[in-house]
Amino acid sequence: MNWTLALPEILLAVSGLVLLLAGVIPKRDTTFPITMGTLGALLVAAVLVMATPDGQAFGNQFVSDSFSRFAKVLILLGAASGLMLALDWNVRQGIARFEFPILVLFSTIGMLVMVSASDLITLYLGLELLSLSLYVIAAFDRDNARSAEAGLKYFVLGALASGLYLYGASLTYGFSGSTNFAAVASAVSTTEGISLGLIVGVTFVIAALAFKISAVPFHMWTPDVYEGAPTPVTAFFASAPKVAAVSLLVRVLADPFADLAEQWQGVIWLASLGSMLLGSFAAIRQQNIKRLMAYSSIGHIGYALMGLAVATDVGLRGVMLYMAIYLVMNAGVFAVLVSMRRQGKSLERVEDLAGLGRTDPGMAAAMTVFMFSMAGIPPLAGFFSKLYVFLAAVQEGFWVLATVGVLTSVVGAYYYLRIIKVMYFDNPAGALDQRPAAVSMVLAGAGLFNVLFFLFPAPIVAAAAAAVAALAG
Amino acid sequence: MNAAGFPLLSLLTFLPLAGVVAILCIRGDEATVASNSRWTALWTSLIVFVLSLILWFQFDSSVVAPQFVENLNWLPDFGVNYHMGVDGISVLFVLLSTLLTPICILASWEAVQTRVREYMIAFLVLETMMVGMFCALDLIIFYVFFEGVLIPMFLIIGIWGGQRRVYAAFKFFLYTLLGSVLMLLAILALWYNAGSTDMAVLVQKAVPSSWQYWMFLAFFASFAVKVPMWPVHTWLPDAHVEAPTAGSVILAGVLLKMGGYGFLRFSIPLFPEASQFFAPMMFALSVVAVIYTSMIAFAQQDMKKLIAYSSVAHMGVVTVGLFTFNQQGISGAIFTMLAHGVVSGALFLCVGVVYDRLHTREIARYGGVAKVMPSYALVFMLFTMASVALPGTANFPGEFLVITGAWKSNGWVALGTGMGMILGAAYMLWLYRRVVFSRITRDEVRGLLDLSPREIAIFAPLIVLTLWMGIYPSSFTHVWEASVAALIERHEAALAVPRVAGL
Repeated sequence: MNWTLALPEILLAVSGLVLLLAGVIPKRDTTFPITMGTLGALLVAAVLVMATPDGQAFGNQFVSDSFSRFAKVLILLGAASGLMLALDWNVRQGIARFEFPILVLFSTIGMLVMVSASDLITLYLGLELLSLSLYVIAAFDRDNARSAEAGLKYFVLGALASGLYLYGASLTYGFSGSTNFAAVASAVSTTEGISLGLIVGVTFVIAALAFKISAVPFHMWTPDVYEGAPTPVTAFFASAPKVAAVSLLVRVLADPFADLAEQWQGVIWLASLGSMLLGSFAAIRQQNIKRLMAYSSIGHIGYALMGLAVATDVGLRGVMLYMAIYLVMNAGVFAVLVSMRRQGKSLERVEDLAGLGRTDPGMAAAMTVFMFSMAGIPPLAGFFSKLYVFLAAVQEGFWVLATVGVLTSVVGAYYYLRIIKVMYFDNPAGALDQRPAAVSMVLAGAGLFNVLFFLFPAPIVAAAAAAVAALAG
Repeated sequence: MNAAGFPLLSLLTFLPLAGVVAILCIRGDEATVASNSRWTALWTSLIVFVLSLILWFQFDSSVVAPQFVENLNWLPDFGVNYHMGVDGISVLFVLLSTLLTPICILASWEAVQTRVREYMIAFLVLETMMVGMFCALDLIIFYVFFEGVLIPMFLIIGIWGGQRRVYAAFKFFLYTLLGSVLMLLAILALWYNAGSTDMAVLVQKAVPSSWQYWMFLAFFASFAVKVPMWPVHTWLPDAHVEAPTAGSVILAGVLLKMGGYGFLRFSIPLFPEASQFFAPMMFALSVVAVIYTSMIAFAQQDMKKLIAYSSVAHMGVVTVGLFTFNQQGISGAIFTMLAHGVVSGALFLCVGVVYDRLHTREIARYGGVAKVMPSYALVFMLFTMASVALPGTANFPGEFLVITGAWKSNGWVALGTGMGMILGAAYMLWLYRRVVFSRITRDEVRGLLDLSPREIAIFAPLIVLTLWMGIYPSSFTHVWEASVAALIERHEAALAVPRVAGL
């Protein structure tokens, strides 16, 4: 049994327990050292992930391949940036408690397990570990009614999604005879293997995962939870778990259910179309910037799913590249959102950014870069993420998706431009409070990535291609 | 150093970004930052201009193939190369961009007093995008620069523009973006067809006839908005009126050329059958544009709006010339684009001169300017005459060639285009009369100061160019003659294939 393949997860789990103990024992507040410890653990885990060889472990329930490594590095990156954004915000908001980094750590373990799962049961374990941690941190600002509401809402709908998943998984088990991906794949590979029950099972699994990635029509929780949860928590929700769930969806559909592609393509096609349309049109009227980002994330998931709907290697590569670039753009945008604080009070309305171009030119410039990037304007990174999914769609003749995609990106450009307009064209509404160094680091890193991506796109594209190649093999 | 030895085009393209980095490093109080940013931007753009002159001197106009070529792997698995090069068609557009940028920076020297650092950065980024776009020989690289122009231009209109700047900036951005994204789909379809987006590969690989029509329309959506052609021209007057003077100069001088250049460089060579098929539509839209917008120009009370509508009319002449598919027509279209770049840029600068003094563009607020600003009146007259295509000025050879070319393919089109020239003469002279002549009725006009040395320095190169282009046009036309001849030859060869197959 090759347990060393799971070394990153094991390390994180052990450090989570150690940090939990270390956090409880001292009498004084331990938030800062525990956060630093967690960041250190994430960093070491990232190094370990990159060093992990290919292989299977735990009775073929756990797999390590270039796909899982690609996704894991992204997840660790997202978790780390989420923690960096939360550090100072939680202190100023008066909700700094050492459990926060530890919960993030546990959810990260869940995500890593998810993307390495090669069995429906392992997948469920990872998914639940992730979800339970997320329910708690959504309600982390426990004295705030909106935060508590967000946590509860997320919990109820998340539990429903878990139920759907289990139902789909049990149908799959019933009709294919196994929960192991390889076994399911071989059952599906023959025409007799494809039964109605299996198709229903896949549909339920897709529905459950669509909940997690907030694809239309399972998106309803997103705006409320994004708005209610503390801002750094929202930042975390929008980054790492999205990447994990999309990677998971890609693996499940492209590995065990690859031969059912004709059946599930239509479902993903519809989800992609709906998400792109809703994400772009519903965001237009939003005044709360976190709600706006919620709809924006729905739209982005729609574009990413376009690559999945195409279901070729090129398409899947587009999905992974999209998620990688989206993760960085998103970290940058939320770095700006957590800095929106005036006289100690946190702000969330679009108008609160008014005149940022004068009061904080550096941050305004960075936000402008992120907005243009999210709108997909070249030469910024966001353009390339869209380019690669459109490429796949055109290649396979998905003209409707591609056309709707480019048109909704114009609609989307409108609300991204609106934020730039507020920052640069409107009169200043007063300076924001000094932003902490950790946030500036995230801001600068994400900004440079978006601006300079066009110089050296090939390595990241190649990494995404290598990741996807592992699925087909 | 002419060939692959030295990456001159990349240097020209990315040197302005070095200026941007330098400006970002400036520290100090607001006045220091403003003055240092201005000088840095001016020097950067002047150096770029001088370097671009090498391009002109070293350019061998007898060679059809692109020169100063650079070719690097960029997205290898996608077949996209960083392929840059200039041929006879594009080389002078590069020069036009590098010439107008320092002029614009000089023109904003005193007019822009707020956020000077950001303003100069926006202009230098804009220069990078414009130069890169005219040098790109790969469709994806072209698209990146073509779209990238929107970012600085949106900010220039929106931050330093007039009253309705927000509306104008959004309209400009969304209109252009909507056209461009459709082109992106067509580019991807071309890639799918040929496995590459490199123009050198694409022209070898004919696009199936059934696709050509759709793809032509997709490219048309993008370029027609940019040109702009009637009826999608409505963003232009808004953008021009609200943009600061230098923004209008760049818009009229270079950005409008991107559409005409795009038709010539991409639509016609890639989709020969569709271009032939849609030529009557292009003629119709162009002639409508020429006559209709000339008549609208008559009704304008705002100087900038009037010149903006005249730009639409001039660009209509260009699109007529492009779709005649003969040497005179295309040559004339290129000439008109270049001449219009110089002349309309200069006209917007002329408006800017009086706007800086009185802060109004309303024609009725002026009158009798000649008495207090004699040298200004002279300069304005020269460019008015150039705009109405008086022989001996820049616009004449171009429009004359276009009409000759149009006559060869369709007499009515030639007649309509000629009508536009008559109407153009009428509204421009009327504008000139109302602003410069007649009696001084307003006291504020009496106090106007004549051109400052800085303003003379801005106009001097444009005056020289306008006269040079008018008096000795063949020093420009010979640059692109070989390239245009090759283009037409290839176009006819491409059309001959299906005809033979049809027999």
